Amino acid sequence: MTLRTPLARVLNQGAARDGVHHWLVQRVTALALAPLSVWLTMSLLRLPNRGYVTVASWIGTGLHPVLLVLTVVLSAWHAWLGIQVVVEDYVAQPARKALLLLLSAFANALLVASGVYAVLRIALRSQA
Amino acid sequence: MAERPLSPHVTVYKWAYTMTLSILHRISGIALFLVLIGLIVWLTAAAMGAGAYARAMTIVDSLPAQLLIALSLLALCFHFCNGLRHLAWDIGWGFERAQARRSAIIVIMATLLAAGVALYLLHAGAT
Repeated sequence: MTLRTPLARVLNQGAARDGVHHWLVQRVTALALAPLSVWLTMSLLRLPNRGYVTVASWIGTGLHPVLLVLTVVLSAWHAWLGIQVVVEDYVAQPARKALLLLLSAFANALLVASGVYAVLRIALRSQA
Repeated sequence: MAERPLSPHVTVYKWAYTMTLSILHRISGIALFLVLIGLIVWLTAAAMGAGAYARAMTIVDSLPAQLLIALSLLALCFHFCNGLRHLAWDIGWGFERAQARRSAIIVIMATLLAAGVALYLLHAGAT
Protein backbone atom coordinates (compact mmCIF):
# COMPACT_ATOMS: atom_id res chain seq x y z
CA MET A 1 0.00 0.00 0.00
CA THR A 2 1.20 3.50 -0.74
CA LEU A 3 0.11 6.89 0.55
CA ARG A 4 1.55 8.65 -2.48
CA THR A 5 -0.88 10.15 -4.94
CA PRO A 6 -0.70 9.27 -8.66
CA LEU A 7 0.32 12.90 -9.28
CA ALA A 8 3.30 12.56 -6.93
CA ARG A 9 4.35 9.41 -8.78
CA VAL A 10 4.38 11.03 -12.21
CA LEU A 11 6.24 14.04 -10.79
CA ASN A 12 9.08 11.72 -9.76
CA GLN A 13 8.64 12.45 -6.06
CA GLY A 14 9.58 9.91 -3.48
CA ALA A 15 11.41 6.61 -3.83
CA ALA A 16 11.25 4.44 -6.93
CA ARG A 17 10.61 1.41 -4.65
CA ASP A 18 13.34 -0.76 -6.11
CA GLY A 19 16.14 0.20 -3.72
CA VAL A 20 16.03 -2.99 -1.67
CA HIS A 21 16.17 -5.15 -4.79
CA HIS A 22 19.11 -3.12 -6.17
CA TRP A 23 20.92 -3.43 -2.82
CA LEU A 24 20.29 -7.17 -2.60
CA VAL A 25 21.35 -8.00 -6.16
CA GLN A 26 24.56 -6.01 -5.66
CA ARG A 27 25.37 -8.19 -2.62
CA VAL A 28 24.34 -11.47 -4.23
CA THR A 29 26.50 -10.79 -7.30
CA ALA A 30 29.37 -9.76 -4.97
CA LEU A 31 29.06 -13.01 -3.03
CA ALA A 32 29.10 -15.08 -6.21
CA LEU A 33 32.01 -13.09 -7.67
CA ALA A 34 34.19 -13.63 -4.59
CA PRO A 35 35.13 -17.25 -5.44
CA LEU A 36 34.83 -16.69 -9.21
CA SER A 37 37.27 -13.76 -9.27
CA VAL A 38 39.84 -15.70 -7.22
CA TRP A 39 39.42 -18.70 -9.51
CA LEU A 40 39.82 -16.68 -12.74
CA THR A 41 42.75 -14.58 -11.52
CA MET A 42 44.69 -17.51 -10.08
CA SER A 43 43.96 -19.68 -13.14
CA LEU A 44 45.18 -17.05 -15.62
CA LEU A 45 48.25 -16.20 -13.57
CA ARG A 46 49.21 -19.85 -13.14
CA LEU A 47 48.91 -20.91 -16.80
CA PRO A 48 52.17 -22.62 -17.87
CA ASN A 49 52.46 -20.05 -20.67
CA ARG A 50 50.28 -17.39 -22.31
CA GLY A 51 50.36 -18.73 -25.85
CA TYR A 52 47.22 -19.15 -27.97
CA VAL A 53 47.01 -22.96 -27.75
CA THR A 54 47.40 -23.02 -23.97
CA VAL A 55 44.88 -20.22 -23.38
CA ALA A 56 42.27 -21.47 -25.86
CA SER A 57 42.41 -25.04 -24.58
CA TRP A 58 42.22 -23.83 -20.97
CA ILE A 59 39.09 -21.80 -21.82
CA GLY A 60 37.49 -24.84 -23.46
CA THR A 61 38.35 -27.37 -20.75
CA GLY A 62 35.64 -28.98 -18.58
CA LEU A 63 33.61 -26.50 -16.54
CA HIS A 64 35.83 -23.52 -17.44
CA PRO A 65 33.49 -22.09 -20.12
CA VAL A 66 30.52 -22.27 -17.70
CA LEU A 67 32.46 -20.53 -14.92
CA LEU A 68 33.82 -17.96 -17.40
CA VAL A 69 30.33 -17.12 -18.68
CA LEU A 70 29.14 -16.78 -15.07
CA THR A 71 32.08 -14.52 -14.24
CA VAL A 72 31.48 -12.29 -17.27
CA VAL A 73 27.72 -11.99 -16.69
CA LEU A 74 27.94 -11.40 -12.93
CA SER A 75 30.87 -8.96 -13.25
CA ALA A 76 29.00 -6.82 -15.78
CA TRP A 77 25.81 -6.98 -13.70
CA HIS A 78 27.72 -5.99 -10.53
CA ALA A 79 29.51 -3.21 -12.45
CA TRP A 80 26.22 -1.89 -13.83
CA LEU A 81 24.71 -1.64 -10.33
CA GLY A 82 27.89 -0.16 -8.83
CA ILE A 83 28.34 2.45 -11.56
CA GLN A 84 24.69 3.42 -11.13
CA VAL A 85 25.24 4.16 -7.43
CA VAL A 86 28.37 6.21 -8.14
CA VAL A 87 26.73 8.18 -10.97
CA GLU A 88 23.60 8.88 -8.92
CA ASP A 89 25.74 10.10 -6.01
CA TYR A 90 28.13 12.37 -7.89
CA VAL A 91 26.42 13.52 -11.09
CA ALA A 92 23.77 16.09 -10.21
CA GLN A 93 22.87 17.42 -13.66
CA PRO A 94 19.84 15.33 -14.78
CA ALA A 95 20.69 15.06 -18.51
CA ARG A 96 24.31 14.12 -17.84
CA LYS A 97 23.20 11.62 -15.19
CA ALA A 98 20.70 9.98 -17.55
CA LEU A 99 23.30 9.84 -20.33
CA LEU A 100 25.91 8.16 -18.10
CA LEU A 101 23.37 5.65 -16.76
CA LEU A 102 22.33 4.78 -20.32
CA LEU A 103 25.95 4.47 -21.47
CA SER A 104 26.72 2.17 -18.54
CA ALA A 105 23.68 0.00 -19.25
CA PHE A 106 24.54 -0.32 -22.96
CA ALA A 107 28.26 -0.85 -22.31
CA ASN A 108 27.61 -3.61 -19.78
CA ALA A 109 25.06 -5.29 -22.05
CA LEU A 110 27.62 -5.20 -24.86
CA LEU A 111 30.28 -6.66 -22.54
CA VAL A 112 27.99 -9.53 -21.57
CA ALA A 113 27.02 -10.31 -25.18
CA SER A 114 30.56 -10.17 -26.56
CA GLY A 115 32.13 -11.92 -23.56
CA VAL A 116 29.68 -14.83 -23.65
CA TYR A 117 29.99 -15.09 -27.44
CA ALA A 118 33.81 -15.14 -27.27
CA VAL A 119 33.90 -17.82 -24.55
CA LEU A 120 31.40 -20.04 -26.39
CA ARG A 121 33.19 -19.61 -29.71
CA ILE A 122 36.53 -20.67 -28.20
CA ALA A 123 35.00 -23.51 -26.16
CA LEU A 124 32.96 -24.97 -29.01
CA ARG A 125 35.93 -24.79 -31.40
CA SER A 126 38.25 -26.60 -29.02
CA GLN A 127 35.61 -29.30 -28.45
CA ALA A 128 35.42 -30.02 -32.17
CA MET B 1 12.94 17.03 -9.67
CA ALA B 2 12.25 17.56 -5.98
CA GLU B 3 14.83 19.47 -3.87
CA ARG B 4 15.42 16.58 -1.54
CA PRO B 5 18.53 15.96 0.54
CA LEU B 6 21.12 13.85 -1.24
CA SER B 7 23.99 11.82 0.13
CA PRO B 8 26.94 11.77 0.57
CA HIS B 9 27.61 14.92 2.59
CA VAL B 10 31.33 14.40 2.37
CA THR B 11 32.36 17.94 3.25
CA VAL B 12 30.69 18.13 6.68
CA TYR B 13 32.80 15.35 8.21
CA LYS B 14 36.26 15.46 9.73
CA TRP B 15 38.56 13.23 7.67
CA ALA B 16 39.17 9.70 8.94
CA TYR B 17 41.26 7.07 7.15
CA THR B 18 38.24 4.78 6.95
CA MET B 19 36.81 7.38 4.52
CA THR B 20 39.84 6.87 2.26
CA LEU B 21 39.01 3.16 2.06
CA SER B 22 35.40 4.03 1.30
CA ILE B 23 36.26 6.21 -1.69
CA LEU B 24 38.97 3.75 -2.81
CA HIS B 25 36.28 1.06 -2.95
CA ARG B 26 34.41 3.16 -5.50
CA ILE B 27 37.54 4.12 -7.43
CA SER B 28 38.75 0.52 -7.58
CA GLY B 29 35.25 -0.58 -8.60
CA ILE B 30 35.21 1.84 -11.54
CA ALA B 31 38.76 0.77 -12.43
CA LEU B 32 37.69 -2.89 -12.41
CA PHE B 33 34.93 -2.03 -14.90
CA LEU B 34 37.71 -0.87 -17.26
CA VAL B 35 39.61 -4.09 -16.47
CA LEU B 36 36.49 -6.07 -17.42
CA ILE B 37 36.46 -4.27 -20.80
CA GLY B 38 40.11 -5.24 -21.27
CA LEU B 39 39.44 -8.86 -20.30
CA ILE B 40 36.59 -9.14 -22.80
CA VAL B 41 38.62 -7.52 -25.58
CA TRP B 42 41.32 -10.12 -24.83
CA LEU B 43 38.75 -12.97 -24.90
CA THR B 44 37.36 -11.62 -28.17
CA ALA B 45 40.86 -11.58 -29.68
CA ALA B 46 41.30 -15.21 -28.62
CA ALA B 47 37.92 -16.06 -30.17
CA MET B 48 39.01 -14.46 -33.47
CA GLY B 49 41.92 -16.89 -33.77
CA ALA B 50 45.65 -17.32 -33.28
CA GLY B 51 46.66 -14.29 -35.38
CA ALA B 52 44.39 -11.81 -33.59
CA TYR B 53 45.40 -13.29 -30.24
CA ALA B 54 49.11 -12.92 -31.02
CA ARG B 55 48.57 -9.27 -32.00
CA ALA B 56 46.64 -8.67 -28.75
CA MET B 57 49.45 -10.29 -26.76
CA THR B 58 52.08 -7.93 -28.22
CA ILE B 59 50.08 -5.16 -26.52
CA VAL B 60 49.51 -7.19 -23.33
CA ASP B 61 53.24 -7.95 -23.06
CA SER B 62 54.27 -4.29 -23.49
CA LEU B 63 55.58 -2.48 -20.42
CA PRO B 64 52.65 0.01 -20.09
CA ALA B 65 50.12 -2.83 -20.31
CA GLN B 66 52.03 -4.90 -17.75
CA LEU B 67 52.00 -1.91 -15.38
CA LEU B 68 48.24 -1.53 -15.95
CA ILE B 69 47.76 -5.26 -15.26
CA ALA B 70 49.77 -4.91 -12.04
CA LEU B 71 47.56 -1.96 -11.00
CA SER B 72 44.46 -3.98 -11.98
CA LEU B 73 45.55 -6.82 -9.70
CA LEU B 74 46.07 -4.34 -6.86
CA ALA B 75 42.59 -2.84 -7.48
CA LEU B 76 41.05 -6.33 -7.60
CA CYS B 77 42.72 -7.42 -4.34
CA PHE B 78 41.58 -4.25 -2.59
CA HIS B 79 38.02 -4.34 -3.93
CA PHE B 80 37.81 -8.03 -2.99
CA CYS B 81 39.07 -7.56 0.59
CA ASN B 82 37.11 -4.39 1.24
CA GLY B 83 34.06 -6.00 -0.41
CA LEU B 84 34.21 -8.81 2.15
CA ARG B 85 34.31 -6.08 4.83
CA HIS B 86 31.16 -4.55 3.32
CA LEU B 87 29.43 -7.96 3.29
CA ALA B 88 30.35 -8.37 6.98
CA TRP B 89 28.75 -4.97 7.69
CA ASP B 90 25.68 -6.07 5.73
CA ILE B 91 25.09 -8.97 8.13
CA GLY B 92 25.48 -6.54 11.02
CA TRP B 93 29.05 -7.31 12.04
CA GLY B 94 31.77 -4.76 12.88
CA PHE B 95 29.81 -1.50 12.90
CA GLU B 96 31.53 -0.09 16.01
CA ARG B 97 34.04 2.64 15.25
CA ALA B 98 36.96 0.70 16.75
CA GLN B 99 35.98 -2.44 14.82
CA ALA B 100 35.67 -0.50 11.55
CA ARG B 101 39.15 0.98 12.07
CA ARG B 102 40.61 -2.42 12.90
CA SER B 103 38.97 -4.06 9.86
CA ALA B 104 40.33 -1.21 7.70
CA ILE B 105 43.86 -2.10 8.80
CA ILE B 106 43.16 -5.80 8.15
CA VAL B 107 41.88 -4.93 4.65
CA ILE B 108 45.03 -2.93 3.86
CA MET B 109 47.32 -5.73 5.05
CA ALA B 110 45.32 -8.47 3.29
CA THR B 111 45.32 -6.39 0.09
CA LEU B 112 49.09 -5.97 0.17
CA LEU B 113 49.59 -9.68 0.88
CA ALA B 114 47.20 -10.84 -1.88
CA ALA B 115 48.59 -8.31 -4.36
CA GLY B 116 52.11 -9.44 -3.50
CA VAL B 117 51.23 -13.04 -4.35
CA ALA B 118 49.43 -11.99 -7.56
CA LEU B 119 52.30 -9.76 -8.71
CA TYR B 120 54.80 -12.52 -8.00
CA LEU B 121 52.76 -14.92 -10.16
CA LEU B 122 52.42 -12.27 -12.89
CA HIS B 123 56.18 -11.78 -12.91
CA ALA B 124 56.95 -15.51 -12.66
CA GLY B 125 54.69 -16.28 -15.61
CA ALA B 126 56.12 -13.50 -17.78
CA THR B 127 59.08 -15.58 -18.94
